[in-house]
Amino acid sequence: MSTAAVAGQDQLATPVAPREHYLNVDYGVKSWLFTTDHKRIALLYLASITLFFFLGGFFAVLIRLELMTPPGDLVQSETYNKLFTLHGLIMIFFFLIPSIPAVLGNFLVPMMIGARDLAFPRLNLLSWYIYMLGGLFTLFVAVFGGVDTGWTFYTPYSTTYANSNVMLTAVGVFITGFSSILTGLNFVVTIHTMRAPGLTWFRLPLFLWAHYATSLILILGTPVLAITIVLVALERGLRIGIFDPALGGDPVLFQHLFWFYSHPAVYIMILPAMGVISELVTCFSRKRIFGYGFIASASVAIAILGFLVWGHHMFVSSQSVYAGLVFSILSFLVAIPSAIKVFNWTATLYKGSVSYQTPMLYAFGFIGLFTTGGLTGLFLASLGLDVHVHDTYFVVAHFHYIMVGGAIMGYLGGLHFWWPKMTGRMYPEGWARLAALVIFIGFNLTFFPQFLLGYLGMPRRYHMYPPEFQILNVMSSAGASILGVGYLVPMVYFVWSLRYGAVASANPWQAKGLEWQTSSPPPTENFARTPIVREEAYAYSPLGVKVV
Amino acid sequence: MGSEFSLLPEQASTIAAHVDALYYFLISVSLFFAALIFFLVIYFAAKYRRRSENEQPPPIHEDLRLELVWTLIPLGLAMVMFAWGANLYFRLSRPPADAMDLYVVGKQWMWKVQHPEGQREINELHVPVGQPIKLTMTSEDVIHSFFIPAFRIKMDVVPGRYTTTWFEATKTGEFHLFCTEYCGTRHSQMIGRVVVMAPVQYEQWLRNGNGAPGPSGEAPEVAGARLFQEQRCATCHGANLGGVVLGPALDGLLGRPVKLQNGETVIADESYIRESILNPTAKITAGYQSLMPTYQGQINEEGLFHLIAYIRSLTKTGEKAAETRAEQ
Amino acid sequence: MSETHVTLAHQFDDREQQTEAATLGMWAFLSTEVLFFGGLFTGYAVYRANFPEAFAEGSQHLDILLGGINTAVLISSSLTMALAVHAAQSGRRQTLIAFLLATILLGSVFLGIKVVEYSHKFHDHLVPGPSFQFPGPFARQVQLFYSFYFAMTGMHAVHMIIGVGILAGLISMAWKNRFSAEYYTPVEVTGLYWHFVDIVWIFLFPLLYLLGRH
Repeated sequence: MSTAAVAGQDQLATPVAPREHYLNVDYGVKSWLFTTDHKRIALLYLASITLFFFLGGFFAVLIRLELMTPPGDLVQSETYNKLFTLHGLIMIFFFLIPSIPAVLGNFLVPMMIGARDLAFPRLNLLSWYIYMLGGLFTLFVAVFGGVDTGWTFYTPYSTTYANSNVMLTAVGVFITGFSSILTGLNFVVTIHTMRAPGLTWFRLPLFLWAHYATSLILILGTPVLAITIVLVALERGLRIGIFDPALGGDPVLFQHLFWFYSHPAVYIMILPAMGVISELVTCFSRKRIFGYGFIASASVAIAILGFLVWGHHMFVSSQSVYAGLVFSILSFLVAIPSAIKVFNWTATLYKGSVSYQTPMLYAFGFIGLFTTGGLTGLFLASLGLDVHVHDTYFVVAHFHYIMVGGAIMGYLGGLHFWWPKMTGRMYPEGWARLAALVIFIGFNLTFFPQFLLGYLGMPRRYHMYPPEFQILNVMSSAGASILGVGYLVPMVYFVWSLRYGAVASANPWQAKGLEWQTSSPPPTENFARTPIVREEAYAYSPLGVKVV
Repeated sequence: MGSEFSLLPEQASTIAAHVDALYYFLISVSLFFAALIFFLVIYFAAKYRRRSENEQPPPIHEDLRLELVWTLIPLGLAMVMFAWGANLYFRLSRPPADAMDLYVVGKQWMWKVQHPEGQREINELHVPVGQPIKLTMTSEDVIHSFFIPAFRIKMDVVPGRYTTTWFEATKTGEFHLFCTEYCGTRHSQMIGRVVVMAPVQYEQWLRNGNGAPGPSGEAPEVAGARLFQEQRCATCHGANLGGVVLGPALDGLLGRPVKLQNGETVIADESYIRESILNPTAKITAGYQSLMPTYQGQINEEGLFHLIAYIRSLTKTGEKAAETRAEQ
Repeated sequence: MSETHVTLAHQFDDREQQTEAATLGMWAFLSTEVLFFGGLFTGYAVYRANFPEAFAEGSQHLDILLGGINTAVLISSSLTMALAVHAAQSGRRQTLIAFLLATILLGSVFLGIKVVEYSHKFHDHLVPGPSFQFPGPFARQVQLFYSFYFAMTGMHAVHMIIGVGILAGLISMAWKNRFSAEYYTPVEVTGLYWHFVDIVWIFLFPLLYLLGRH
């Protein structure tokens, strides 16, 4: 039986783990593989995405090794092309898109609204199985011959000319898309219908606003990718020419359909991380978020505007100049809500009570790196400038700043923050801070030189390159080795902490939020009694207002 | 193309400095805002670090004026960036009227360039300095992209259609040409050399017939006239090229507006001519029947360029001159 | 009087919340379907704008009689589905089962007619691919038209088949007394799904079968 811990009491007593909680209520493989408990499903996802992260990371290591020298001397060109294709596919579809929603979202969405589970627990489990099935296809492809279309699989190369496992990859990605859609459906319905009494929309933690906005994109964007994949598969498998110019088909139509999903997809990857940052900045400044309404609306605005900018990937594709104008101006507009968030997070620190535990260090890192990445997005939105930097390493640097410097830092910050809640154990703070620093340094060394490489003209997806690009490439590869070490360290200490980490109390951070009002780890039903909410989100001041 | 390390690419075209100016503006704005945020975060984090466990931060959590300020200023700056970039983009898409026409065919994994005087090159592009050059490009297979970093120009090369770009080189020298849309195994080897020469050297190079495989020195319109005869286009479009019943007249066609059967009027540009040869039923000229067969599969992209050059020559020099050359 | 067995899943506080969640969930799912078919409709729109004559010619070789019959069949099946939901609402188990069976029957007739149509197309060499043959100058774009015809009606048929499967499942549940006037949510949300599949056909039919006909 859990007891709701009262804030302040944690520091007096030595924390003791609750007798029964969701991890020890049942043992055995079947209790995990057939669970409908959102918390266990979150951990299933945690294990799978970690595996895929290291597989995708392994391919990245090989890529950076090859790129240390101008000639293609480590692997053959065909192999190299498969390496970057699989790196992109795995990192995007099997790591980044699920990461925060499927691990932290699954764990926390019900808890943050005071519910016992998501609206559709069995769909949640199905979602994981679908993800694993899609992942199996991709693993199969990685082992048996690879695929070399680039993760963007542009036609007609992918439909007519590629000689690799395009169909299998298409099937794998198609299947995995349904995992995204089901998660999105679950979150939307849960947030709409299962909020605890007193938890109005504008009292929701911003983590939930972020996941709601993300779920809108998951639901509305993913199906377009699905049908695009179907069309590519039909053309490749049955030789019916939808994108084949010889039949009057339009290869650029593929790009429109593809980017209509794939641009919103990047917001799927960043919005949840932004939600995490709002939680971290408030807890570790012990202050209410600055501009709650603005951050909440900005999340929804990003989701909506994000559907209107896909053509900025196509400024030199033979798209009309006037279409380019429209997509350019909308792309500048979609940057504004993100800027608003950064300013509001910064303002939250003002006159706060700031502490520097690991989650907060990741939040700081996020703000710095996301700001940099976001600003370089403006370079790409500028039509005349994009002509020069499109399809160069400038773009590669930009999206890695957002997805790695942003999304992954947000994910790691959140993982550290909620680790005690999820496992009942604390991670070792000293090692964690060191790892965060190593990651930050390694990241910048890896990707900043790539901005310079891009402006100099080094194209993307190049296996070999002219000698004058070597110095910057070596810097980048050196940084990657540091970054790799940085990522390995948390792997080690998180696993270590499961057995040897300090036992965590219900609310080690003295944070606001319903999830901290139950034990660490929580019982299967999350709360002994449905909580009733009587205060705003992040009601850090005045102290003393408790949730019953 | 030096092998020395540098942080910025050479500026070798008339537009390069303008692109770089926008780049520097964006860098300045970015540096300003990045520095501002970095400074504020570090400053606030240090100044307001937690000193005691029970300290009570004041309830400051909203300020409408501040929100408006930091919304409207970035918005204004963004609009400046947009307008500047859009202006550049328009300039990049509008070649000057006196541009020299070159044709480019991209195919896995090489670039084929055709000069108006007849020179052909593979993976090289020789041009005179100070002369606007307009490139009309297409692909024989997958999508490629034609990129000259020193000129700051780039345009995708798409199968089934023509795309165009233009530049005017401002200094002599050699510059990189890259394919920059992933196109398969040897994508990173689909690179070349742009050689910019003084006009005198360029003329000399043309005369010496450097690097031209195939019938060297044959002007494209001559090759086009030959192809026109081989394919018996004259059957409908007439040897006299005027007042023929079966197919529309071709002299003076290029660039002229054409009224179609469905009432629309289009300009007969290169894309129109290419489409009319490959897919004649797409745009049927008013007053004519749909009789023209398709030449899809019978004429390749280079042949199409040659026919277009031939039809263009009918506009410029009159049909007699082209025919005389064909007979030689 | 039949025994009713009202299930309240553990995550919900009351049946009202459970019903609300299920209904909202189905509407959200249908919005994904709109986007899914939307991609196909977009491709169709682009090519039809580019090749109006070819699309009209391709359309005229479709069997408007069979297509029309199918439209009537499908609309009727939506009627029987609505009546099934109504029967469930009233707690009339046998009527419910009867109307579910009628819906399955009509859905199967639809699918059967589609099989007939597809086989005709196969015979006439109108299936896109290596075996496609079409007289006249528009052949290549007519093949594009038929690619969309098969993709759109095929995707629609897949959704019909899944729908028929779900209906069979509903019959099984109804037979085992799982529904009552207090709890018939699965029937209701299946009705939403079925009506949606019907509406997709209402769009497909004129766009594919009625081009260029006077």
